[in-house]
Amino acid sequence: MRRLWYDARVRAALLQVAAIGLFAALVAWLAGNTATNLAQRGIAVGFDFLGRAARFPISESLIAYEPTDTFARAILVGLGNTLFVGGLVIGAATVLGLVVGLARRSRHPLGSGLATVFVDVMRNTPLVVQLLFWYALVTIGLPNARQALNPLPGVFLSLRGVVIPSPQIEGSAVLLGLSLLVVLLAVGIGAWFARRHRMRTGHGPRGRWLLTALVPVLLAMIWWWVGLSVTLDLPRLQGFNFVGGLTLTPELFTLLVGLTLYSSAFVGEIIRGGIDAVGQGQWEAGRSLGLSDAKTLRLIVLPQALRVIIPPLTSQYFNIIKNTTLALVVGYPDISYVIATTINQTGQAIEGVAILMGLFLGVSLAISLLMNWYNRRIALVTR
Amino acid sequence: MSSASLPTEAFVRQTTYEPLPAPPQVRRTLLTTLAGDLASAAITLVAGAMLIWLTPKLISWAVVNGIWSGGGEACRDAGGACWAFLSEKSRQILFGIYPPGEHWRPAAVVGLALGLSLWSLPPRNWTRITLLLWLIGVGAMLILMRGGNLGLSPVSTEAWGGLPVTLLLTIGSLGLGFPLAVALALGRQSELRGISTLCIGIIETVRGLPLLSLLFIASILLPIMLPEGLSIDKLARALVALTVFSAAYLAEVLRGGLQALTAGQGEAARALGLSWAQTTRLIVLPQAIAKVIPPLTNTVIVMVKNTSLVLVVGLFDLLSSGRAAATDPAWPSPYKETYLFVGLIYFVICFGIARYSLWLERRLAAGQKR
Repeated sequence: MRRLWYDARVRAALLQVAAIGLFAALVAWLAGNTATNLAQRGIAVGFDFLGRAARFPISESLIAYEPTDTFARAILVGLGNTLFVGGLVIGAATVLGLVVGLARRSRHPLGSGLATVFVDVMRNTPLVVQLLFWYALVTIGLPNARQALNPLPGVFLSLRGVVIPSPQIEGSAVLLGLSLLVVLLAVGIGAWFARRHRMRTGHGPRGRWLLTALVPVLLAMIWWWVGLSVTLDLPRLQGFNFVGGLTLTPELFTLLVGLTLYSSAFVGEIIRGGIDAVGQGQWEAGRSLGLSDAKTLRLIVLPQALRVIIPPLTSQYFNIIKNTTLALVVGYPDISYVIATTINQTGQAIEGVAILMGLFLGVSLAISLLMNWYNRRIALVTR
Repeated sequence: MSSASLPTEAFVRQTTYEPLPAPPQVRRTLLTTLAGDLASAAITLVAGAMLIWLTPKLISWAVVNGIWSGGGEACRDAGGACWAFLSEKSRQILFGIYPPGEHWRPAAVVGLALGLSLWSLPPRNWTRITLLLWLIGVGAMLILMRGGNLGLSPVSTEAWGGLPVTLLLTIGSLGLGFPLAVALALGRQSELRGISTLCIGIIETVRGLPLLSLLFIASILLPIMLPEGLSIDKLARALVALTVFSAAYLAEVLRGGLQALTAGQGEAARALGLSWAQTTRLIVLPQAIAKVIPPLTNTVIVMVKNTSLVLVVGLFDLLSSGRAAATDPAWPSPYKETYLFVGLIYFVICFGIARYSLWLERRLAAGQKR
């Protein structure tokens, strides 16, 4: 017995059984309480409610939605909105973050100074405060539609939101998409051939500029021939509102602007850290080869910085997706808004929260799998 | 692509060139930095135009047309900022709906938190006495806020609000989260597969969820999950969610410190005959924690900012007290001014901690340099 007590393997097993048992007991206790409480209140557990009509409106959505649609559809609509906002913000924050990161490292005093102030202010105030501030600015500070601000031709800012020009396609949209796809494919194949040629001979294929210039001309001719055209539909004021163009509601506009500005400060710091991690010698080597600063950055520094940048950048992207749940604060119907409304209407709190958790854990798992695959691909090949 | 397949003669110069003369010394004057090349000129133009366009507007809004004293009527007529609102309502923003006659109590709580924080900044004060002071301090803060003894009138947590709530939630979630985080981080690094899987599962689940959903779980599900008769108020529910959240994030920071320790430390301790508990307490944890103090302070910033999320579960922290104050119909919805004020308070706290973290990093790194 005494020998058994001092056996390391037995102790390890006992410890693990105790820890897991304790956790399981806690979960079981909570679950038991939940079951009793639900039974007392007469709430049926289950996902049957998903098939019932939701009966609440969703102010804007990518996916068509009516209040008579089911809860399942409403949740899908919310998820669509979340991914839509998340995708747009990730794209915009990456571009703006690159600008901020480079500006922070530039020799330009005005550029680096402004970028530093921007990053400090954005990172040291809560996102909720920023979102509410922009929302107040948009919904209270802006004039009504008749006196809308017009900073760029075709762009109007007013209490009704932001109206921007939208592209109008005449003719078949399928044909347009198909032709663009073919062009993209052709350009890709051409670039691949040009690269192979350069690798073999040391210089690019002759006549590549002419060929490149020919592509848009050819495309335009074909479009004209089949009667395809893309025009910008400029919004105009008519009476008290705008006609034409694309309207972003104040909620969506606030969310996009607020999240993008906030996230770009973090992305900018990640990119700056990556550039700092590449040795100064790389810059000097690039310069001594006669490359310009821009070329050194693009061809030598950024590709190496990317190894340092990608892992924190992916977790930042996931943070952006998580932060879109703050749409609730400004009233944009994202997934958390829809789930909160669903819980309010049906009382199915456990199911609602379970769906929200499941979706986020799914996205988080997918991102980390993707990340591991990418990390393996770009990992430094050492010989 | 391997280097062997590259046509060397196509890429490498075969003839020797005369060496070029040394380049002239580059002298950077202000003019060349501002407009030396196309990119710099573009930055100068864009940034300059933005400043020139924005600055007068800001000055006219904040200063020239700003209203510094008077009531809501004066603000309604003016086109500028309504600073008068802030001076009029500053107490309501800072302390929420706490009984106005007792405002000295939340003010004392803020002062106590500030004093303790300032006291704890220099590394020479990181002692057991400071830890004891914090325990006593937090107890005093709770007694001050809650009342009911020492001749203080009782105030229920429903009426708590403003900056004290923000500070108490931050201190509470970090203070309760830290021991949990140590356990989770040690468990995650454990050689026992069962325990490490359990800890990884907990940490990754919490980190994979937005804080908002944790707050939902705590505020909606927690009351259902507890047995009848055991109820927990709204503030405590939010504290549970924030604590779990901070524990998971702190655990990941601590893991970095544990991984940075060389295996020799543990082996040396074992060779001296120390048990696992002694090794962990005396050798591993002190070194691991010391290594990650700067990132730990960054987690403090994250938590200060994240307490503002309790707005969605109907608690009155600094942000929601400000928002509630701004709904007063006697004033022309001064939301912008309120959020600027609230944002400024958050900024002062967080920027201060960020600078402190930088200072600490340099100071602690100085000891490692040879």
